[in-house]
Amino acid sequence: MNELPQQLVNGLLLGSMYGLVAIGYTMVYGIVQLINFAHGEIFMIGGFGALTVYLYVLPDGTTMWIALPLMLLGAVIAAIIVAVGAERFAYRPLRGAPRLAPLITAIGLSLALQQAVWAWYPGAKESINFPEIAGGPFEIGSVTIQTGDIFLLIVAPISMGILAYFVMKTRTGRGMQATAQDPDTAKLMGINTDRIIVVAFALGAVFAAVGAVAYGLKYGQVQFRMGFILGLKAFTAAVLGGIGNIYGAMIGGLVLGIAETMATAYIADVPGMSQLGGQSWANVWAFVLLILVLLFRPQGLMGERVADRA
Amino acid sequence: MRQRSLIAITAALAAGALTLTACGSRDENGGSDSGGGGTTVVIGVDAPLTGDLSALGLGIKNSADLATKQANKEKVVDGVTFKIESLDDQAQPSSGQQNATKLVADKDVLGAIGPLNSSVAESMQKVFDDAKLVQVSPANTGPTLTQGPDWQTGKKVRPYKSYFRTSTTDAVQGPYAAQYVFNEAKKKNVFVIDDKKTYGAGLAGTFTDEFKKLGGKIAGTEHIDPETKDFSAVATKVKNSGADVVYYGGEYPQAGPLSKQIKAAGAKIPLVGGDGIYSAEFIKLAGASSTGDLATSVGAPVEELPSAKEFVANYKAAGYKEAYEAYGGYSYDATWAVIQAVKKVVEDNNGELPDDARAKVTEAMQNVSFDGVTGKVSFDEFGDATNKQLTVYSVEGADWSPVKSGTYEG
Repeated sequence: MNELPQQLVNGLLLGSMYGLVAIGYTMVYGIVQLINFAHGEIFMIGGFGALTVYLYVLPDGTTMWIALPLMLLGAVIAAIIVAVGAERFAYRPLRGAPRLAPLITAIGLSLALQQAVWAWYPGAKESINFPEIAGGPFEIGSVTIQTGDIFLLIVAPISMGILAYFVMKTRTGRGMQATAQDPDTAKLMGINTDRIIVVAFALGAVFAAVGAVAYGLKYGQVQFRMGFILGLKAFTAAVLGGIGNIYGAMIGGLVLGIAETMATAYIADVPGMSQLGGQSWANVWAFVLLILVLLFRPQGLMGERVADRA
Repeated sequence: MRQRSLIAITAALAAGALTLTACGSRDENGGSDSGGGGTTVVIGVDAPLTGDLSALGLGIKNSADLATKQANKEKVVDGVTFKIESLDDQAQPSSGQQNATKLVADKDVLGAIGPLNSSVAESMQKVFDDAKLVQVSPANTGPTLTQGPDWQTGKKVRPYKSYFRTSTTDAVQGPYAAQYVFNEAKKKNVFVIDDKKTYGAGLAGTFTDEFKKLGGKIAGTEHIDPETKDFSAVATKVKNSGADVVYYGGEYPQAGPLSKQIKAAGAKIPLVGGDGIYSAEFIKLAGASSTGDLATSVGAPVEELPSAKEFVANYKAAGYKEAYEAYGGYSYDATWAVIQAVKKVVEDNNGELPDDARAKVTEAMQNVSFDGVTGKVSFDEFGDATNKQLTVYSVEGADWSPVKSGTYEG
């Protein structure tokens, strides 16, 4: 049986999740040139926000059709509060400081958030089960799609579309583009750059929260460390696509996800490569791809198109 | 500007405080109350108390604690009070080694229980051996730990005289699982997956060898990355390989999602694993579709052993928050073995601890023999438990239920 279509779908799903998280990295970088390493934890907080709504706010046995939108809302609110709080209290005071200071702050914040959830969220010292959508898998030809994945398949493109519209057409979106191009001039033109930066952090948090709910539905669990590896992968995706470019983040995520899946599925079958195949080598191949891309296109796949980086 | 730096400092302090609090609670010890006067002997416990494997680790810690409390209550060794000092290794070899160093530095420590993971044990063995401090693991099953790297070719050499274990090894566990799967479950075509760690890869290796010897077919092999939760690509491979059973060498944090994703991909075949997946957490993570999955675990089921009734009752009475899990009985026995060794040393030295107590305890451990929770506890010339019982469990609804007990014979 030909497993290529199924593996492509697997890669697409994984890649969509990377892409959703990568947007937060790329937007913040585009505007304040900060690599927000705490973004993986914003993603994790989103997952716990959704879980909190399900476990502690909604009555037991609420159907997922009602619960899911509310959980999404909870995830978004939790992620935005933490992201905007981080911007206000951890990054803004360091805005004039050398680049290294906010970077180290971001790493510290990432550890602090992880440990805070570990220490204070009830039961978070182990994985916590995330509610799932009932209903069997769907078969389309030789491809099986899980119920939990449908959320990701629908939500990822829609939210990308909304983001593109927001950045290109709305007043705030154009303000973001202007701030990305030249913060000082943008300020002179009457744009409240402080507000724009907050909006960038908040938007990144929204996408991370959506990604976190998708993660919970897909894998059926959340844990305090879930943002660490995924955050690194998403950052890689952002660099692969061209950091600072929102389309690049999505494309980079998809390319990375598909590359990892393909490496898992096929490298071992290449004659002489059986030792270098399998999932434990998938990361190696993903990073080989990253290095190759950066060698030939240092600006990333899509490049950082300065005119519309935002 | 001044206000800015003030905020920066506050933020930094807040962040620091958060991390410190987390560290603080991590060092929390479950030390028992030291009653009476006399000498205090500390037994170190090293296990993953936080993180994915903490369910097993906390079971080990609590059971060791119970053993010391019991010994103090019964005054097993006159004039000696036992207490435990528990350290968290987070299943990381580097943390394990740090903990070993820490225990060695405390002169009251006369024995160490743990760790859970064979890979962690590898990093600790030498530290303990250099200090002649006896270590008894309730859970390590990697054969190299006691029989040296060339155990498979028959050149068995014991690397460290201070290392003992109450659990059996994968040299027995893997083949036992292979025999059960081939002969009794009647599955002839297996897909073997491991996590490339000392325990997982070793177990998968011994299983594969025996399965081939029996005439079974290997439909495919795969090594997963234990850091990820996305096994969809692997699950698709399993489905298309036509295998009728999956063997996984590794632990439940990955085995749970793996089992779930394999079944979701459309391959309705059981996943079989070793003692590393024998935990209630596995069923929680794998969900309802895990019914029929199998695990082998060391020893006979603790609940069914007459010798274990007292342990189970005492554990309940002590009111520990966490279950004793797969290694509770072994951990209790390991701790009891240390207590027995200390007793022997103290009795041989006119009721007092000698100056070279650590070396003496290590020596005495070799000849320790008593009827423990899990059966007769004693050690062979490699430091392995002489009790080589294994049990196959299968997932029935929300619980593991024992299917068959026995041992592997050649």
